[in-house]
Amino acid sequence: MSGRVTRVSGPLVEVDGLEGVAMAEVVALGAARLPGEVVAIEDQVVSVQAYEYTGGLAVGDPVEALGHPLSATLGPQLLGGVFDGLLRPLSDAPTWLGPLTRHDTGRSEREWRPAIAVGEHVGDGALLGTVPAGGIEYRVLAPPGVAGTVEHVAVAGAHGTEDVVAVVGGVEVTMSQRWPVRRPRPVRERLPAAAPLVTGQRVLDAVFPLAQGSSAAVPGGFGTGKTMLLQQIAKWCDADVIVYIGCGERGNEMADVLDELGELTDPRTGRLLADRTVIIANTSNMPMMAREASIYSGVTVAEHFRDMGYHAVVIADSTSRWAEALRELGSRSGALPAEEGYPASLSSALAAFYERAGRAVTLGGATASVTIIGAVSPAGGDTTEPVTAQTERFVRTLWSLDRGLAYARHYPAVAWSGSFSRDAEGLAAWYAGNGDPGWGARRARVTTLLAEADRLGELAELVGAGSLPGHERVVLLAGRLLREGVLQQNALSDNDARCAPAKTAALIDAVLDVVDRCEAAIEGGSTATEIEELDFSPLLRAAQDTPPDGAAGIASRRQQQLDRLAALP
Amino acid sequence: MSTTDWFPVRYAGVRDLRGPLLVVRGVERVGWDEFAVVRIVGSAGEPERHGLVLEVDHDLAVVQVLEGTDGLVPGRTEVAFAGAPLRVPIGPGWLGRVCNGRGEPVDGGPPIVATRTAPVAGSPLNPVHRRPPAEPVLTGISAIDALMTLVRGQKLPIFSAAGLPHLELAAQIAAQSTSGDEPFCVVFAAMGVTHPDADAVRARLEERSAAGELVLLLNTADDPVIERILTPRIALTVAEDLAFEQHRHVLVVLADMTSYAEALREVAAARGEMPGRRAYPGYLYSDLASLYERCGQIRGVAGSLTVVPVLTMPGGDITHPVPDLTGYITEGQIVLTSDVHARGIYPPVDPLSSLSRLMRSGAGAGRTREDHLEVAAQLLAALARARQVQQLAEIVGEAALNGTDQLYLEFATTFERVLADQGQGERRTLDETLERCWQVLTVLPARELTMLSRRFLAQHPRPEG
Repeated sequence: MSGRVTRVSGPLVEVDGLEGVAMAEVVALGAARLPGEVVAIEDQVVSVQAYEYTGGLAVGDPVEALGHPLSATLGPQLLGGVFDGLLRPLSDAPTWLGPLTRHDTGRSEREWRPAIAVGEHVGDGALLGTVPAGGIEYRVLAPPGVAGTVEHVAVAGAHGTEDVVAVVGGVEVTMSQRWPVRRPRPVRERLPAAAPLVTGQRVLDAVFPLAQGSSAAVPGGFGTGKTMLLQQIAKWCDADVIVYIGCGERGNEMADVLDELGELTDPRTGRLLADRTVIIANTSNMPMMAREASIYSGVTVAEHFRDMGYHAVVIADSTSRWAEALRELGSRSGALPAEEGYPASLSSALAAFYERAGRAVTLGGATASVTIIGAVSPAGGDTTEPVTAQTERFVRTLWSLDRGLAYARHYPAVAWSGSFSRDAEGLAAWYAGNGDPGWGARRARVTTLLAEADRLGELAELVGAGSLPGHERVVLLAGRLLREGVLQQNALSDNDARCAPAKTAALIDAVLDVVDRCEAAIEGGSTATEIEELDFSPLLRAAQDTPPDGAAGIASRRQQQLDRLAALP
Repeated sequence: MSTTDWFPVRYAGVRDLRGPLLVVRGVERVGWDEFAVVRIVGSAGEPERHGLVLEVDHDLAVVQVLEGTDGLVPGRTEVAFAGAPLRVPIGPGWLGRVCNGRGEPVDGGPPIVATRTAPVAGSPLNPVHRRPPAEPVLTGISAIDALMTLVRGQKLPIFSAAGLPHLELAAQIAAQSTSGDEPFCVVFAAMGVTHPDADAVRARLEERSAAGELVLLLNTADDPVIERILTPRIALTVAEDLAFEQHRHVLVVLADMTSYAEALREVAAARGEMPGRRAYPGYLYSDLASLYERCGQIRGVAGSLTVVPVLTMPGGDITHPVPDLTGYITEGQIVLTSDVHARGIYPPVDPLSSLSRLMRSGAGAGRTREDHLEVAAQLLAALARARQVQQLAEIVGEAALNGTDQLYLEFATTFERVLADQGQGERRTLDETLERCWQVLTVLPARELTMLSRRFLAQHPRPEG
């Protein structure tokens, strides 16, 4: 079926004569066959958002409807690869990306190891065979809706990713499968969150934790270290698969991520971090509408690995650029705008995106999860702007980055006053059942001390710290020790870039012990000034001086600090 | 740059003229973003004007006229379309030339000759092929080289306000910058600058121009506003060729991006587009990114493209959309402030709110000098402390400060006098800059310099007492 272009305004193209085309169907625009997606149908006029630069596209150019919705190719080539917003590989694309220079995933051969035999009966989501990939094992499953008797299985050995490796219930199955990115992949049952996603960042793991299958947003103005924090999570969190979506962000940063992931090894598996990572790079100068698609492509990839039984994490930097793409198209198509020009559907689009996170029983019966972490870039640092305000409503955890902390070189600049974690309570129960019964109480004490120290800090600015009573000055000191000794973390230090939960717990316990001893010293007649003038460097340097898993090393430093306190008159 | 002879079909059906926009009807097969030429029929002396297609709708084409629509009459105007987006000639023929904002020579020389052309919109650089920036561009300006080192392939803007010498600073950076002993050149695009400023820039860069290391594009404040939308794109297209085909290290200065954004806003308003913050169009971020992101380096290819945009923050407000969105795209910022300017310090850089995010990869051992990063970190930490002391001193008075705090006040003054303050024609080597850093640090006792290795401290003996 083909139609004709009647109007072109940047990425918005209107087409006449595409009768019977479906909403969200993919079309090929003009002689160059630029990909586009149907976003509205009004009478005879079909509106299309184009995923490439439309320069030169003219009224009267042919348009062909391709008969399927926007889909991505999911296959073993994903792990370790770099793709654009439509999940087309960038690694074999040329240096300069023009509209004609990219193609879908090409044919490649992979080692196939069957896990079933002809005559067996399998349900959808069942494991049909495996493909050894660089990092984790890639599993070929019976696609959703495909079940029945196995009629054919290809012999073990190299096969093309597009070749049929099994026939189940009359349906041919290949190693690579296509899936419409806007449709969530089905699961058997959604489960409540249970275990934590350990990020290796102390302020997150101990104070604002995130559960596997949960969702988090990271709002922060420019210069607050948003990208740095997300990169740290991508490197060190304990997920099986990371999908990193660079959505409308800097090219040099993407180059940096690629370099680093190619060099660092996963401390849990000893394999290259790149091998567990799928990168979707849609930098800010690449076509705007592909940003919109990149978010959905990314979460679809994560769901695909979840279906194999893995814990996957989607990191999207930044969802604000995605929202801008929605606004741009809305504006060009003349839709009535809601707040600040964003379409009225913004909040439902955000909600639907974050709802694709979850812990679930897959069709194949495994328990697995998709966790979503999205950055938000509020214009002018104003967190009441629509994207930030709407996102806050739908996420379980908010890591709010503070410019004041960032300017004071306190990284990660996660503000303890503006952040929240609705997973904390459930995770306290999980920790209690998994060897750390004190987790909840420890977290409560840290948040109380930080809030109290902030309040007293403001008071001290007015009246001078010297005029506060002794135990309040100890609270101020406790705030400082927690901030400098626990919450701050040096991403550039080998010892400190990642911190195991046991080390985090040991560090906090050490600080709390020291604070208790300071309180006791005040009771015992020491002055606050004497305590404040003590050298706290053994405690403050403990994180930097011990290896990432070095919880044991904290004890001696705690003792050293306690001895210094004991020596007070 | 072009003549109507290229374009076979001319359309006379001009329907609307509104601000910078022209709507022509009855067109056939005109593509979006095509280049157009506009002529007044029967006026031989009148130069032809140029435009870009903003929208095609059935038989209508909306054209933004770069030179504005003043004097155009619907019945007597002809429009011809190029059949393709605008391309500009590229090649080393641009070096040493001075052109207007549309790339037409204003230096009395012949038109730019080149055998090749490239589309001004450019193409995105494949992120997989990008090489992360790692080598410095030295500006010879102490405050920048020491504390916010510019790195090849980086985009580092200058945030300024009305009345501050940002243009002088930009011109000084353009005149003095080098990157090792490798071929270096500058593309300077001035948008909406006054005639005296344009003359000053031209004079300041005379030497560089004579050496065949400069391309100067000048759109003055009285030149057509819409032309400014094209100026940075021509500059970057020419620069990309000089960098990645001619293998030079190219520095592109874009001044003033606020004027550029205003031109963009004017077009958006004329089209009746939905206004975003402060009436700038919603796509301002993407539009600015399409310029700034053209910086970079390519794996396996010699040459680099570094971009220094200059922008004036209206009312000095850093949350204004132009600096705010720029900050989200660029890799740091150099902030000029009126406080420092009022004390007579040039360049009036605020070191604490300025930052080069890529400095860590472009400075230090093997790149600048091994003590560089530690010295910079120590200076910034001490300046932050000095600022706290200054605030305290305003409340309690200097006399009430303790001895160490008083040294910090002296440190801040010495920093501005010895390191930050510099002549507009003065070029300092990196060694000279770093020695000045050490000189500033001698004001503080060794116990305060916790960020410096003992080894470096030992190399710089401190005065007695």
